[in-house]
This record gives sequence, C-alpha cells and structure tokens, in this order.
Amino acid sequence: MMATRLMQGNEAVVEGAIAAGLKFYAGYPITPSTEIAELCAEKLPFVGGKFIQMEDEIASMAAVIGASLTGLKAMTATSGPGFSLKQENIGFAAIAEVPCVIADVQRRGPSTGMPTSPAQGDVMQSRWGTHGDHSIIVLSPSSVKEAYYVTIQAFNLSEKYRTPVIILMDEVIGHLREAVNLEEYKDIEIIERTMPQDKENYLPYQHIENGVAPLAPFGKGFRFHVTGLVHNEDGLPTNDPKVAEKLIERLVGKIENNKRDIVMFEEKYTEGGDVLIISFGSSARACEAAIENLKKEGIQAGLFRPIAIWPFPDERLKEIYPKFKKVFVVEMNTGQLYYEVDRIVKGDTYVGKINKFNGEFFTPCEIAEKIKESFKNGI
Amino acid sequence: MVKNKELVIIEEWCKGCGICVEFCPVKVLEIKNDKVRLIDADKCIKCGICELRCPDFAIYLEVKE
Amino acid sequence: MASELVEKYFRKETLPNIWCPGCSNGTVTAAIVRAIDNLGLDKDKVCIVSGIGCSSRASGYLDFNTLHTTHGRAIAFATGIKFANPELTVIVITGDGDNAAIGGNHFIHACRRNIDLTVVMYNNHIYGMTGGQYSPTTPRFDRATTAPYGNIDRYFDICKLAIGAGATYVARSTAYHVQQLTKLIEKGISHKGFSFIEALSTCPTYYGRRNKKGSPADMLKWLKDHTVDIKQASKMTAEELNGKFIIGEFLNVEEPEYVEEYEKMIENLRVNYK
Repeated sequence: MMATRLMQGNEAVVEGAIAAGLKFYAGYPITPSTEIAELCAEKLPFVGGKFIQMEDEIASMAAVIGASLTGLKAMTATSGPGFSLKQENIGFAAIAEVPCVIADVQRRGPSTGMPTSPAQGDVMQSRWGTHGDHSIIVLSPSSVKEAYYVTIQAFNLSEKYRTPVIILMDEVIGHLREAVNLEEYKDIEIIERTMPQDKENYLPYQHIENGVAPLAPFGKGFRFHVTGLVHNEDGLPTNDPKVAEKLIERLVGKIENNKRDIVMFEEKYTEGGDVLIISFGSSARACEAAIENLKKEGIQAGLFRPIAIWPFPDERLKEIYPKFKKVFVVEMNTGQLYYEVDRIVKGDTYVGKINKFNGEFFTPCEIAEKIKESFKNGI
Repeated sequence: MVKNKELVIIEEWCKGCGICVEFCPVKVLEIKNDKVRLIDADKCIKCGICELRCPDFAIYLEVKE
Repeated sequence: MASELVEKYFRKETLPNIWCPGCSNGTVTAAIVRAIDNLGLDKDKVCIVSGIGCSSRASGYLDFNTLHTTHGRAIAFATGIKFANPELTVIVITGDGDNAAIGGNHFIHACRRNIDLTVVMYNNHIYGMTGGQYSPTTPRFDRATTAPYGNIDRYFDICKLAIGAGATYVARSTAYHVQQLTKLIEKGISHKGFSFIEALSTCPTYYGRRNKKGSPADMLKWLKDHTVDIKQASKMTAEELNGKFIIGEFLNVEEPEYVEEYEKMIENLRVNYK
C-alpha cells in the first residue's frame, strides 16, 4: 500500500517522470519551475539517471534531445521566458521526431512579467511557439495528483508518437501542496521505446500512415542521420517538394489523426443546463467551486475540463455544448483557449470569456458573479 | 614510385576547381570541360597529393590486385 | 568505386557534396575521417554532431551516428549525447559563425566543464551558406556583403578563447597543412577532456572573390604563406608575426573531465548512502 503523502505539484512532476523512466534531465533555473530541476538533481543519481544544469535554456533543450537520441527518457522544465528560448529546439524535436518532455510552469508574462505569480498565458505558445507547421501534444493538470499522472502520460505519448510533449502547468499547481495517494497508479502502463530489428534496411523516418517508425538509439549499430532539414525516410536531407509535403502531412497527421487516443478531459454536470464552463489547469478548480455557488442561485452550470488542451478534445465538446444555453471559457489570460472553443462552437451558442491576468488567482465568487451578471436579464 | 597503384578519377564528383592540377608536382593533370583529366599516365609518380588535396574525393590512388 | 576512405566512412549515395568548387570543407572533413581511421575507432560508437552552415553539412555525408542540429547549438546537443552515453566518441563539426557567434555561450561552457568532446571548427572567415556576410573571424578591413566598405569588427581568436574558458586541448592547423591537421585531430580525439581544433579553411566563392584572393589553389597557398608553426613563432618578434596565424598545439593538459566527475559522484553516493 502506498502511503498518502503531502506533495507539491512540481515534486509530483518529478515523481511521475521517474515512475515513467526518466533518466536524463537538463535544465536552467527559472521561477516557478526550479523545484523540478532541484529535485531531479537530488533524485536522479539514485535511479541510474543523470542531471545537468546547462548554461541556458536553449542548451537545456538541446542536451535533452541529444540524450534522448541515445535512448534515454529525457526532460526539461522551465517557465515563460525560458519556454520561448526553447522553442527553436522544440521544433527540431518535432521534425526530427525525437521523444522528449518539457514542463512549462506558467507565470505572468510577457517577458519577465511577474515571476512568482500565476498565469495561463502560454496556451498558444505551447501550440504554436515554434515556427513552421507541426502538431504537438500539450497536457495541463489541475491538481498535484494529476500532475503526477499527466507526467507519466507525457512520457508515454512522447515515446508512442516520437514527439515533444509539453506539460503546461501554472504557478498555482506547481507550488500547491496537496495530500496525494498514488496507489491507483502503481500498475500504470509505461510505454518503452521499441528497438528496430533490421540494421541494414533501417528507415528512421519510414512513411507509416498516422504513425512512426521505431527510433534506434545512437551507438547500437544503426548509424543513421538526424537533421532539422526536410528529409527522406532514411533521414538524409532533400529539397523534393513531394517528400516535403508527405513528411509535413505525416508529422501533423500522426497527432491529429490519433486525437481519440491522445485526448484527455474531465466533465461534471454535462448532461445539460444553463451554462457550460470550459476551463483547465488551476482555473478549473475555482470553476468547480463557482458551479456550486451558481447552483444555489438557481443557475445550472456544467464543467468541461480538457486535460489534453492540444490536440483539443473538439469531438466531445461538440456533443456537450448544444445542451447548454451559454458557454464560458475561464482562463488566467486575456483569452486564448477561448479562440479554440469559439472555433468549435461556430456561433451556434454564445461563447463568453472570463479572464484574469493581474497575477492573482481566480476566486470562485468572481467567476460566479460574472456568469450571474450575464443572466441578469433572465435565463 | 609505386607501380601497383592506379590513379582513378570520379568525373561526376569533380567540380573542376583545379587544386589538384596546381599542386601536382609533375604536372600531369589538367582541367578540360570543367573536369580533371590525366594527361600523361606514365609521368604520374602516384604520390597521392591530388587525393590529399581534392576537396571532393574525386581523384584517388587505387591499389591494383 | 571510390577511395578506400570514402568507401569505408562516407555515405557514398550523398556525394558529390554540396560545397562550391574549391571549397576546402571536403579537405577538412577528410582529415577528420583519416584521424578516426588512424585511431581505428568503431564506426558504431562514433557520433558526429554539427550545427548550421556550410561546414555543418559534413555530418550528412559521413557514415556514423550523425546529428545535424540547430544553428550554434551543436555543442549543447553533443553534451547531452556524451553525458547520456559516455561510451560514444563525440566529435562536433562547426564553423566560425556557428561556433564563435551564435554558439559562443555553449562553446565556453563546454570548455569550462572540460567534457570529453572534440570540436573541429572550420574557419573560413565568412558566412558562406547565407552568401558572404562577415563573421567574428573576418579579418579587419576585409570585405563582406554586410561589410561593403570593409569590416570594422575586431578579429576573434577562438583558440585563445578556448584556453581562457578552460579547454584542455587546443590546437590550430589549416586545410593546406592536411597531415598536421589530421594528426592534431587525432590527438584531440584521444585526449580525455574538451578538445578544440581550429582548421583554417577557404571560401573561394564568397570570401575569396570579394577580397580578391585568387583561385582555390591560391587561397591554399595563402594559408601556407601566412602561417607560422608555434615552435618557430616563439623565436619571432611581434612585428614578424604580424598578419600571420600561429599553427600547432597550444595546450594539452590533464584536468578532471565532466562525465567522469559525475560518475565518481554517483559511485560515492552508492557507497555512502546505500
């Protein structure tokens, strides 16, 4: 039996990563993610892993990709300014299809902003931060326990789809301490990298519809090429427009066409009502309390909480939102996930925004008040 | 002089830069139509300088069986 | 067929290379391959990591574990590889723009850590891939597309930088001195710790043409005429050395190596905490 422990969100990421098989961490100090680096420095030597503090955020991302190419499960963690610096190499990992995990513990930006204050301003950066067409997986936990679970899934998905996966935390979840019991996860499936068999005919970028070829580790006799240039199935660069088109289609398709396997969400009271609240990360916690508050006022509210925010669980949302009179997207930014929701609802139903971006966390009352106000002329 | 070696030119790889011609100590190479060629095989001393200096791996000494 | 060296170590299907006629990148690349051959390294255990630029395209032609990374970041990727799998021999191929400008920070910190990498910097004094802009190693008053009236930047001596930053093997040679270059790379690979070998090279297309340096062969001869061996240099005055590059081995010392130090720490923890 696993004991119940008091654990911090950032700590849960480290525990989840180690449970998933993390063997390499490269990072650079930045608030509010630093505990992830500190705990990795402390713990990895005892699990056969390695920790290195690099000279900057760019180097950390580079070292993680390098380590992953030798076959190790590798991650880094950062916050807004560092996340921006990592973007070029995240794009490299996307086109070179190197599994890796990046935790972004969001703080109020832009720029240095408010380093110790929470925000959810990196929703779009996590999706489109690097240049060029690509798809990506972004998971956003709402609790310490879920941070543990989501981290394991981040590693699993990164190995399964040979892609960078981003754990989009926020300062509240990163620094929150909660009592957690991880018993239910003790037999959770851990996906390991599969070793290709045929050294002679190995194609690291073989065209597999909606899928990926196994990635051989460096040093095991496969001797292949990895590049950020558009490449053939053998990894060697090409300018062939047909190859380029096929490669980009596969990079996007392997995630978008496997959405059903990737999406994660939670819902509450979604059988129908007056208002559907869509929120994620720590903001969703305030929304849950707001829903109880609204109930007392006679407003029936439901919650749809994407855990995988990219790819967004649009199929499920399409089933739910018609059962509500209004939709509100609640997030600690000026409106980012709102645009994804608005795109899905397509004007069928009113979509409102409830935002906070002053470095303070939402209170349930202010969310409930704004919703009540929208109903002041009757439901 | 090494008798069991033969100078080989890979025409498709030669870019006609002329480095080998310039450094050949016995001047047996020339550039014609942007490609290197051996003018006088008998005079070639098979020293391998052309191979050492060719940036395109287009000229080399092959050991004959 | 191609030469034994090419047959054994190159991905023949990728040749001819993309470099301009007379560009000495191929010569320097061949020197690296000869060094590997002389040392008898297992191809499966050699990893070549490069950045972005003309010289960095070399990795694709070579039949090892090869990684062509982002601009300036090759050393950071290589650090991850070496640290994760110390049994690999990791060689970084980079250029003057890649290593001395955009990648400078990674370079100095890899020197400082003394991590067991061998970095070969092809120094052609120009950004070739983008068409001839001045780099940190474009000589003063030389011309480039972004220095149409002459370059006012001061020259960056990367060997001195490497020594100052803590590298433990530092050497310079040129594309003219192929045999010496091969030997120095060999010594750099064998050296335990961070090794830096600067290979002065030539860009006849952009640097050469704009600065009226003559043919590709003339540019190689220029390297011969403007270099002085370190032993000889010690007997020359500053005036005599003006305008010359010193070549040879500048530094070869033993210092604690990063990966070994980490492993020692782990061993220490294993003994004392378990």
